[in-house]
Amino acid sequence: MNAPELSAAKSALQLISGNYACALGALAAGCRFFAGYPITPSSEIAERLSRLLPEVDGVFVQMEDEIASMAAVIGASMGGVKAMTATSGPGFSLKQENLGYAAGAEIPCVIVNVMRGGPSTGMPTRPAQGEIMQSRWGSHGDYPIVVLAPASVREIYNESIRAFEIAERLRTPVILLYDQTIAQLSETVDLGHARASSGIERKWASGPPEDYKPYASGADGIPAMSRPGAGYRVHTTGLNHAENGFPTQNPELVQRNLGRMLGKLDLHRAEIDAFETIACEDAEVLVVAIGISARSAMRAVDVCRARGMKAGLFRPITLWPFPEDALEKAAAKARTVLVPEMNAGQLRLEVERILGRERVAGITRFTGETVAPAEIAARIEALLKEKSA
Amino acid sequence: MINDSAADFDVRKYLRLEMMPHFLCPGCGHGIALRALLWALDELNVDKDQLAVVSGIGCAGRLSAYVDANTFHVTHGRPLAYATGLALARPDLRVVVISGDGDCLAIGGNHLIHACRRNLKLTCLMLNNEIYGMTGGQVSPTTGQAMLTSTTPLGNSEPNFDACALAAAAGAGFVGREVTHHVPRLKELIKAGLVHPGFAFIEVLSDCTEIFGRKNELGSSPEMILRQKSDMRPSAYRDSVDTPFRSNDMPTGVLSQNNRPEYGAAYRKAAATAKAAVSKRSTK
Repeated sequence: MNAPELSAAKSALQLISGNYACALGALAAGCRFFAGYPITPSSEIAERLSRLLPEVDGVFVQMEDEIASMAAVIGASMGGVKAMTATSGPGFSLKQENLGYAAGAEIPCVIVNVMRGGPSTGMPTRPAQGEIMQSRWGSHGDYPIVVLAPASVREIYNESIRAFEIAERLRTPVILLYDQTIAQLSETVDLGHARASSGIERKWASGPPEDYKPYASGADGIPAMSRPGAGYRVHTTGLNHAENGFPTQNPELVQRNLGRMLGKLDLHRAEIDAFETIACEDAEVLVVAIGISARSAMRAVDVCRARGMKAGLFRPITLWPFPEDALEKAAAKARTVLVPEMNAGQLRLEVERILGRERVAGITRFTGETVAPAEIAARIEALLKEKSA
Repeated sequence: MINDSAADFDVRKYLRLEMMPHFLCPGCGHGIALRALLWALDELNVDKDQLAVVSGIGCAGRLSAYVDANTFHVTHGRPLAYATGLALARPDLRVVVISGDGDCLAIGGNHLIHACRRNLKLTCLMLNNEIYGMTGGQVSPTTGQAMLTSTTPLGNSEPNFDACALAAAAGAGFVGREVTHHVPRLKELIKAGLVHPGFAFIEVLSDCTEIFGRKNELGSSPEMILRQKSDMRPSAYRDSVDTPFRSNDMPTGVLSQNNRPEYGAAYRKAAATAKAAVSKRSTK
């Protein structure tokens, strides 16, 4: 696809894959640097951007490994350029080291993880949802992170723009997490009515360099960043650091800076949180699902409602931080909560943490298959019978 | 004519004095190497605002914090990968990488060979002190055979890397080696690397007196530095038959240089050509 086609894409119906939508959304958000390494089923994002980025004076580079591509993305972002990488399971594991650096040093960046079968090499061409927990807890130590979990091609486009908005404004790595099914599914998307990119800019340092502290913030918890070449000449490190950016092991200084960093996303939940509720108000069985499993659940809820069963769906779009207040509200009337997912029960752990174990059931699937709507509908019906018996 | 008068250069101009005293051990050669780097940058009139120093983990990795520039202390072994992203995104910056022998050749070995092959304009200083100093003196890829370290109590039985031969074989645009004994020569070598249009790899033989020297009874810092000096064979004497040099015989000076295209410029040129073709198509 060349530049004229790209501009045409802004106002036309397009039949495109999820991975293509991801590349287009990133470009619309102002991404101008991509470093990656080939891996199924995310390689199309790299392939698309290798053609599209040079046309907008951006840079694409295929690095020597997954670790290096994550490092190069952070390096580009430290240079002031919006940057992204994309990978899948095994590569996502390798990215965790430098992802922790981006979280700790508060460097904006976007990491796409297209989920395939696992563990290890797993099933490269089959879908899964096995990185729900890894995307939150994959790197060592404590750090905040944002994970977005779109469920359709159009939503991938929108959420890749939102990923950059959150990353740049809140100085955090953002993970865009979706499964192989929607990555390689083609759907018609009206990009003319998609989320518009809104001139995303990170908060830049201003004022005299002698007064600037790279990790000091106001009430919003987000320190202003300085661009190399702008005269600030700061130090960035993965060591625990004080507000001046230099390493420290002084407990008070670590508490002040790391404490602020760990709490910063809590101050911006209104901007971060996103979820969809379908027929939750009177739902006796509430389904909680993400990605392609949520697509199946939508159909199942429709079928059940048509047959007079009170079923509903709660779908986190922002997976982490988990929209817990919204889930509690959606589950207010539910006697049972059903979590269908393509792993051995990861999302269910978080739902149980919020709602308690008693009323939570799950459907697990780690065979490289999706959970079918009929299976979810049958389970809803069984759960309703069980409860009324 | 080499300016060898160190008195002409005030190193404080490029240092963050508030970071003093530094944390290096007495007798460590890393400070000499850093001084030579800053001296070279000064002679090339490099603007501190346009200078980015990227370093990894270990004793050498900590040096970036002392330089009054845009400094990035990144993860172990990865400074070349971070610097690749930074230099590609910001070709206006002058990017220098400071790494150690473990950082650059062991955990970061893959990044080194591909940085050499890619030939992006970066200057990489590998400070080789033949040991993992920061972690207490474990064997490294450049520790000599039979040497004692905290993880080779019976003597090291692995052969060591010739980092410069590795870099040259992988295609680095500029490869050189020097000892800390010859500060003006080291400064000139770094300058030559800094002005080279492609990837420059410079190995600096540094001494770890406190840990490596003590363990192997190599004497004080001056003794170690003098021994390193006499171990080396300046490349100008490469073909000399009547050699005053010892068996180690590692060459110093500029060891290889080529004119392969610099990656960043080549990429931008290809992109500009593609962009022009696209706009020509769209105006038809």
